[in-house]
Amino acid sequence: MQRYVLGRLLQSIVSMFVVSLVVFALVRLSGDPIAIMAPPEASEADIRAMRAHLGLDRPWPVQYGTFISHALRGDFGTSVRFRRPAMELIAERYGATLELGGLAVLIVILVALPVGVYAAVRRGSPLDYAARAFAALGQAVPPFWLGLLLVLVFGVLLRWLPTSGRGTPLHVLLPGITLGWFAVAGLMRLTRSSMLDVLGSEYVKLARIKGLPERTVIWKHAFKNAALPVVTFAALLFVALLNGSIIVETVFGWPGLGLLVIEAVDSRDYPIVQAVVMCLSGMYIGVNLVVDVLYAYLNPRIRYSS
Amino acid sequence: MTTSATAAEPFVVPGRRERRWPPAVPLAIVLGLVFCGVFAPWIAPHSPVEGSLGDRLASPFGLEGAKPGHPLGTDRHGRDTLSRLLHGARISLAVSIVGITLTGAAGSLIGLLAGFFGGWVDVILMRLVDISLSLPGILIAVLLSVVFEPSFTNVIIVVVFLLWPSYARLVRGETLAVKQQEFVALARVAGCGSGTIMFRHIVPNLAPSVLVLATLHVGYVIVLEAALSFLGVGIPPPTPSWGVMVADGRGLIERAWWVSILPGIAILVTVLSLNILGDWVRDRLDPKLRQV
Repeated sequence: MQRYVLGRLLQSIVSMFVVSLVVFALVRLSGDPIAIMAPPEASEADIRAMRAHLGLDRPWPVQYGTFISHALRGDFGTSVRFRRPAMELIAERYGATLELGGLAVLIVILVALPVGVYAAVRRGSPLDYAARAFAALGQAVPPFWLGLLLVLVFGVLLRWLPTSGRGTPLHVLLPGITLGWFAVAGLMRLTRSSMLDVLGSEYVKLARIKGLPERTVIWKHAFKNAALPVVTFAALLFVALLNGSIIVETVFGWPGLGLLVIEAVDSRDYPIVQAVVMCLSGMYIGVNLVVDVLYAYLNPRIRYSS
Repeated sequence: MTTSATAAEPFVVPGRRERRWPPAVPLAIVLGLVFCGVFAPWIAPHSPVEGSLGDRLASPFGLEGAKPGHPLGTDRHGRDTLSRLLHGARISLAVSIVGITLTGAAGSLIGLLAGFFGGWVDVILMRLVDISLSLPGILIAVLLSVVFEPSFTNVIIVVVFLLWPSYARLVRGETLAVKQQEFVALARVAGCGSGTIMFRHIVPNLAPSVLVLATLHVGYVIVLEAALSFLGVGIPPPTPSWGVMVADGRGLIERAWWVSILPGIAILVTVLSLNILGDWVRDRLDPKLRQV
């Protein structure tokens, strides 16, 4: 187990190193930042001074070292557009992304697990049929379009809900549903098929023969064992939410990290793009690590095979 | 955003799973789209990028404000929605064919080398797979688009980057299994070199699985392209990608819903049909892949 965790940790560090290298290399490839930053009337000497001041005259491994040592201290430079430290902007925005993600996770768990379990228990019933139709549909609907459809129906036609920005608790509703939608489809399908496997097993039959109430059989005996593959889905869920939040925040003008990075792309605000990509990648790699370790802990087969 | 191409469980009545013929409606839809994509320049009634300013924001057929000659209405620049949708099918087609061919070839080759040679080649290549899987794809797209201009090539890079690990893993596993079989040892005895054994004797055995995975990925790639283009980091406007069209209509949702809703329906119907067809191909060719 220790060896597995250590190996997995090492791999995460390598991944993070690759991300930092890619971020650094791509931004250096993108052209001379001085050409963008220097005013047109700057003299040859001014430009050279600026270059030396920013450390751009040094060899690139040194520049990379500086970049990393600053990044580790949370210093990604100053936003070109807002003229404020990139990290400060991230600190301001990530609360909004967490709020949105939190609601989406809540929706996913509250909808997908019970519906998945009942679809399996009442296999072939109208509910099962509807759940599977929803899952097939849910995975084909592009989330950015679903968002617009919800805006059209609930914002424009019915005028029930606000469609853009952040403020009242109502504002988070449409983006939260949009973000949760796709993950609901996936988790529901997984829960259903995992439950179907378990419900056919001998010990579930035994529990029924013992005369246990159906509710105990389903939730205590069957669901607990069906939940293992569902844990793996937690990683996928997080990935879906991370990718999705960039899209959903753009659709709804939700002021989180996703919107920040897309706006930064439009205005070529490199420090912001670097900082957000590094932070989100770090979260992504970190969550993957935690889920893998957790899964190995729950499932001895993985622990010993590697 | 789909995160994996495991695709939906086939949405069919239980007991009808072993179908001999492909489901007719999805097949017809997909064939129709391929036809539209290939012949878009000849069947589209108008130019997809040039509009007539007099016909701005015309409604679709049958609604108030409709203009003759624009059955699905027009957008802010007076461009015909139907023509743009037809040309959009062309983009989706091109991205999925180029993207999946490249990623399938690259990923399979890597998996083949890893599985065939084993040892340190295997260790290094599979570590690469792990690392690649642990990087967030959409952020790579964002990064690429801020460095280079958004382009078709960027979309293809992102597709390859996101999908090659699944081909590498699949082909590696299959190669390990095929390698054990007697005919490989016999080929070796007959004096075949490693290259000949790999490409003449092993590769033909891998084709069905790779084909199944590729069909399951088509829908995913189409949604991915649309999402990237919607965010402004994929196909650049005014090229009529479906994602670009949805983005175009975003600010117009109150006045002209059709500009963004219609291309979304096109994506939905296409991807749903492709997923159903993909499931059918998998069940026919390689049911054990249901777990991939």
